[in-house]
Amino acid sequence: MTELTKLTISEIRAGLRAKDFTALELTEAYLSEIEKANGKINAYVAVTADKAREMARASDERIAQGEARPLEGVPVGVKDLFATEGVHTQACSHILDGFKPPYESTVTANLWNDGAVMLGKLNMDEFAMGSSNETSYYGPVINPWRADDSDRDLVPGGSSGGSAAAVAAQLCAGATATDTGGSIRQPAAFTATVGIKPTYGRCSRWGIVAFASSLDQAGPITRDVRDAAIMLKSMASVDLKDTTSVDVPVPDYEAALGQSVKGLKIGIPKEYRVDGMPAEIEALWQKGIDWLRDAGAEIVDISLPHTKYALATYYIVAPAEASSNLARYDGVRYGLRVPGKDIIEMYENTRAAGFGREVKRRILIGTYVLSAGYYDAYYVKAQKVRTLIKRDFDLAFEAGVDAILTPATPSAAFGIADETLHNDPVKMYLNDIFTVTVNMAGLPGMSVPAGLDSKGLPLGLQLIGRPFDEETLFRVAHVIEQSAGRFEPKRWW
Amino acid sequence: MSVDTETVKRVAKLARIAIDDEAASRMTGELNAILGFVEQLNEVDVAGVEPMTSVIPMAMRMRADEVTDGNKAADIVANAPAQADNFFMVPKVVE
Repeated sequence: MTELTKLTISEIRAGLRAKDFTALELTEAYLSEIEKANGKINAYVAVTADKAREMARASDERIAQGEARPLEGVPVGVKDLFATEGVHTQACSHILDGFKPPYESTVTANLWNDGAVMLGKLNMDEFAMGSSNETSYYGPVINPWRADDSDRDLVPGGSSGGSAAAVAAQLCAGATATDTGGSIRQPAAFTATVGIKPTYGRCSRWGIVAFASSLDQAGPITRDVRDAAIMLKSMASVDLKDTTSVDVPVPDYEAALGQSVKGLKIGIPKEYRVDGMPAEIEALWQKGIDWLRDAGAEIVDISLPHTKYALATYYIVAPAEASSNLARYDGVRYGLRVPGKDIIEMYENTRAAGFGREVKRRILIGTYVLSAGYYDAYYVKAQKVRTLIKRDFDLAFEAGVDAILTPATPSAAFGIADETLHNDPVKMYLNDIFTVTVNMAGLPGMSVPAGLDSKGLPLGLQLIGRPFDEETLFRVAHVIEQSAGRFEPKRWW
Repeated sequence: MSVDTETVKRVAKLARIAIDDEAASRMTGELNAILGFVEQLNEVDVAGVEPMTSVIPMAMRMRADEVTDGNKAADIVANAPAQADNFFMVPKVVE
């Protein structure tokens, strides 16, 4: 039975078609694994066992009728940020205690319409704010990967830590996730999984609990590049209920795999070579460059001069938008309510008790930079710098670059409850230094596992593409994956 | 630019988050670390640069002004901590 959970989405597709096993057997195998492992990994905050079995049975019927849809019978986990009808949806926050939406997010509706099976909701940093999945109301997620020389619990990255850990620990065949500053790509890099944040507007944000509306984007985390292509094709759609959703046809991303990268121009931005960057990361980047050059791509040095300001810009724009989006959590219509002598006190008590420290920090920063007297100096200024950051990329693409290659993270996964990171918020934020630029510019970005560090921990490479050119990312990522190989954690749980 | 504890309390009031003195003082340090970090944007020359208001260049899509949804009052109050007759119940708002 355990062998079934080893299969990738494309292998499941073939296996179900060949009647090697049933969708119900596959779902039962996953439910059994989750029961054994979740106490140690803490990837799931809600398991929808009955619903999963019901969906799997329906998939088996369709397969028997010869009517299998693209994801028929594939068991997936859903980040707790997506509204799933009648099912726990709390963005892993205390303030949304008990919330069960009476509607389904567009992205998950797309997956169920394509036959996927829902195993449950996945742990995440509260309101998607974090890079380690340590801010969740449900406690941290433990990375299935451990350093060779240590038993220490490591973070899986964040905010989509539950999604990445579940995929890496084979507790689902694939997972949905979201990315606002790196929350798909960084945990993917920390867990040797593939994560893609598509172009802003590619996937509908309707039904996704909003953090920063001009940055949020949904995407899949999977075990390999092919699976990511399969899942993204189902997740993406134009949606009239999301005015930022763009009406561009969804291509068959899988068809891009195996296409030659001969003659493609791959940009290497010098500003991503930061001070104090570990030699191992630099070496991995160089390996990636060599693999692509060997495959016939042309390597081009480029400059993205405003790179170094991206993180500061992000930490003004994102909290500002968050302070607005999180104003709705007031104890009136849903979730936690803490009483007060009057309505203002009720708001203040509810929000003080309901939000965690990191969320409060970001709401306060956001409120401050939007407040009278500071709006121009901070928010407007940041939005102007954002234009410059985007322009850097536009110029590089106009000059003929097809994709950009950078490291995904400045380090491998770090320890849970790391003292220095906890006492210094800015140090934690630096985890996103290579990823935030991509959200600022609205571009597609993918993290591909590329190697292990000297302690045996995963490291990823990031590919950044032109708007709506995810196909080129899949094409290039496949080449990197073929060269680098697949990496799986040694089971300690 | 940096903030003092009084400013943090004022901002917390704007954000409707109750904050005691100990938390305010801790937050002041943390917020100042972040504000110190974002100071670097002062180096950037943004003369003549428009703020980015649209991530992907597109005009906002409008829809026909038609009623296509509704009659779901029960759904809407279903998650409420307190409700009666499809109204949200809250402590007295007006004296």
